[in-house]
Amino acid sequence: MMSALSRSDFPLLAASPRLVYLDSAATTQKPRAVLDAIRDFYESDNANPHRGAYALSVRATQRYHDARARVAKFLGVSDTDCLIFTRGTTESLNLVAASWGRANVRAGDEIVVTGAEHHANFVPWQQLAIETGARFRICELTADGAIDLDRLRAMLGSKTKVVAFAHVSNVLGTIAPVREIVELAHGVGAIAVCDGAQAAPHLTVRFDASGVDFFAASGHKMLGPMGIGVLAGRRALLDAMPPFLTGGDMIEFVEDEHSTWNRLPHKFEAGTPNAAGAVGLAAAVGVLERVGMDAVRAHELALVGAAYRRLAAIDGVRIYGPGPEDRSGVLSFNVGDVHPHDLATILDSHHVCIRAGHHCAQPLMRRLGVSATARASFYVYNDDADIDALVNGVMAAREMFSRVGA
Amino acid sequence: MSAPDDRNRAPNAPDAQQANVAALYQELILDHYRRPRNRGKLESPDVALRKKNPLCGDVIDLQVQFDGDTVRDVRFTGEGCAISQAAASMLTQRLKGKSSADAAQILDRFTRMVHGEEGAADESLGDLRALSGVSRLPVRHPCALLASDALAEALASRR
Repeated sequence: MMSALSRSDFPLLAASPRLVYLDSAATTQKPRAVLDAIRDFYESDNANPHRGAYALSVRATQRYHDARARVAKFLGVSDTDCLIFTRGTTESLNLVAASWGRANVRAGDEIVVTGAEHHANFVPWQQLAIETGARFRICELTADGAIDLDRLRAMLGSKTKVVAFAHVSNVLGTIAPVREIVELAHGVGAIAVCDGAQAAPHLTVRFDASGVDFFAASGHKMLGPMGIGVLAGRRALLDAMPPFLTGGDMIEFVEDEHSTWNRLPHKFEAGTPNAAGAVGLAAAVGVLERVGMDAVRAHELALVGAAYRRLAAIDGVRIYGPGPEDRSGVLSFNVGDVHPHDLATILDSHHVCIRAGHHCAQPLMRRLGVSATARASFYVYNDDADIDALVNGVMAAREMFSRVGA
Repeated sequence: MSAPDDRNRAPNAPDAQQANVAALYQELILDHYRRPRNRGKLESPDVALRKKNPLCGDVIDLQVQFDGDTVRDVRFTGEGCAISQAAASMLTQRLKGKSSADAAQILDRFTRMVHGEEGAADESLGDLRALSGVSRLPVRHPCALLASDALAEALASRR
């Protein structure tokens, strides 16, 4: 199939016609529209938002405000003030664990995550449990790497305060049953925290309708710049939470002995905001809206299906996780006894970029019984020629290693 | 849409990096990966240590037995890529029977070769010179140096 967006829309890909970029789950390439929007902000409207009583600062404030409204709409957040800009998913999840967690989790409470979590949705909760004396529990996955709802149901109870889960696994591409997980969590009075880093770029996200209490995502995985991300939260929860970082912009009045906090969203945005990043993310959202998230999903399904079938047909290739129809555009695999790092080096010499290693998900690697996998991930600029190059590279690596018998 | 492009165009000749990588994964290296020498554990090692590469998760458990100032025996276990495993296999082979000073010198030369220092690889490295192509793959330097760093630490601990 053809790509959903042309390589010529992406300056880096246009400048490197031989490059096969299959690491979008780590970070995506940036379309010209995003780069132009960032440049335009700095060239036309750059000033510190919320500070100056002059027209330029008002324009900067307006651009930042418009970016928030646009991203909130894209993620189905109707209460725009509840869309907080952060540095990315990691900061968003740390914000929830630190601010909501310390205020609401006590010794003896339970925090539940799944065995598929990326470190960003694992370590903050693990550390919160250590700090508070709460019990940190991991819900094991089914044999094909899906969330085991029966097991989850059995684990939850009156002590459960948080259920944190990835909407889409960054290793297996498994898509979590969000609605069912939220119902289970709310059924025992726990909050549901959704790591949407691999969902927002690839699926239609409707935060309000999903029922999740907090949703985190990163701009750079969805065509936007690095260093900007979001946290969407329920107003009642956000209002009741203490600040995460303190300093400028997030205060109302600062007395010598105490301070009061600004209203949402500013309460959680201490310091000068990454306004240019927000403007760039809004432009990225614009690009995705023009393509349409249904078209993005259909394109990835076609690519991952073709890649799955062709890789699975190669002798010695093992693919982890569910079948191609149930996954996002991510494929983790191994090729015989070719170590993923060697495979990545050989593929790189064929201009094919894949990820090799533990994908910041060591707990999941342990559960898969491997120390590392190779991972190819697809996005709007990939097409059949990329899959051809991946398959050819894998065959070349296999060939190279087959010269010496085991 | 993207027109037929350069991505699957067979080059007239493999480019330099492709040739370098093909040369690196030569039979000697793959043989050491598939049949590592000195893999296992010693009954009573004088030094035992573990080294990790947190970036990729590679681990080596190294054990060394000395006979006075001489490296009498070396064993390793661990998991890793062809480069790290072959390096461990070849280095342990190379160091056995050497004095501590000679062994340290070999490790120093090997490290400098991996870092791409001109003229670092001499005959004292023997088969280890097969790994010289790693110098042009900076992300793989830690793989090549994991065993070497562990061995250097083991030697240093005896001083």
